[in-house]
Amino acid sequence: MMTTLASGAVVLLLLWLALWTVVARDAFLAVAGFVVYGLLLALVWVRLAGIDVALTEAAIGGGLTGALLLGAVGRLRATESETAAEGAGAGTRAVAAVLSVGVTAALVLGVLMLPEPVPTLAPLVVPNLPATGVANPITGVLLAFRALDTLLEAIVLVIALIGVWSFAPDRAWGGRTGPRYHADPDGVLAYLARVLPPLGIVIGIYLFWAGADHPGGKFQSATILAAMWMLVQMAGLADSPRTDQVNLRAGIVIGPLAFIAVGVVGLWTAGAFLGYPDGWAKPLILVIEIALLPTLVLVLALLMNGPPSRGGAR
Amino acid sequence: MSTLLDVLSIVAIVAGAFFYLAGTVGLLRFPDAYTRLHALTKADNLGLVLVVIGLLPQVDGVLTALKLLLVWLLVMLSSAAVSQLIARSARRRETRP
Repeated sequence: MMTTLASGAVVLLLLWLALWTVVARDAFLAVAGFVVYGLLLALVWVRLAGIDVALTEAAIGGGLTGALLLGAVGRLRATESETAAEGAGAGTRAVAAVLSVGVTAALVLGVLMLPEPVPTLAPLVVPNLPATGVANPITGVLLAFRALDTLLEAIVLVIALIGVWSFAPDRAWGGRTGPRYHADPDGVLAYLARVLPPLGIVIGIYLFWAGADHPGGKFQSATILAAMWMLVQMAGLADSPRTDQVNLRAGIVIGPLAFIAVGVVGLWTAGAFLGYPDGWAKPLILVIEIALLPTLVLVLALLMNGPPSRGGAR
Repeated sequence: MSTLLDVLSIVAIVAGAFFYLAGTVGLLRFPDAYTRLHALTKADNLGLVLVVIGLLPQVDGVLTALKLLLVWLLVMLSSAAVSQLIARSARRRETRP
């Protein structure tokens, strides 16, 4: 009874927060609402026993996306009032409202009209999981049964980063990524950036390693590691990397390349692209995960940094 | 003994929830950024430590207890640092013409 009440309260709060985020006038407030929404949503996933999803939602949905949006708000601040003054016409607003209500209604209908029992591949995954050598079914699905999806996901991230870098003007190409941070070298931020990263790196690597058998994995781990790197950069303790560094670029592409290499080898050894020969699943999954980790950390942090620039402060 | 520990847990967690409530009331009612930060960080840190103390007798191993303590320390560290940063940023905005 009590838990039902608590769950109901969280759901109502979530809906109210979603509405508040949509109608907020100020972009900064909307992003703040979005971050809180992501963290609350993570609580909902914990309640639904989806710990992996909860971790991802908290790290990527609330944390990283929130930080990316905050960065965007900062960049747009100078022109925000002009844009708001131009505004969208009543017609545009009406179309947007109808479209979003329509999508929501279609989703609600879809969920409510699911056949009983809900179609699922879980009964197929469970007996086949031991063949992969990992005990966490999420990791098993992501890196064995649906490895192709994960490969494409990693490639999409690299392409997204190339897209962000492409916003740089020609003369800035090869320059340092991101804004120049001016933090007090003896300030609180510098202190935090010295104390927190050792702990954060251990927690990040733990999450990565635990992902084989328990909730966790490379994405959540990469978010934490990227956050630690960002913290050190923002505190002014380390420079942001230059986009023309060869080792940086190698680190960015090593994940997808290793993934594709393992996939091509699978053509000969297991008879299918991304097939793992008997008994080799666990070590190959480990190779892919280890190769993907630097890619994810670099891409997530560099997406935060934004396009390269040259010269002094912007 | 276990009843005593349960009572300790309930008392500590209820007290912690009270401090969270007080901190939130302060956040909503106080007039400026500094007093709001004061209410939030002081009361919430106390609330968190009380909740952690309340949970400690209920966990099933030393390792879990240590994790709880680590969570408490990390939250203390980040909330102290972040409240300082917010206060400084508020102060800069004030002195700017």
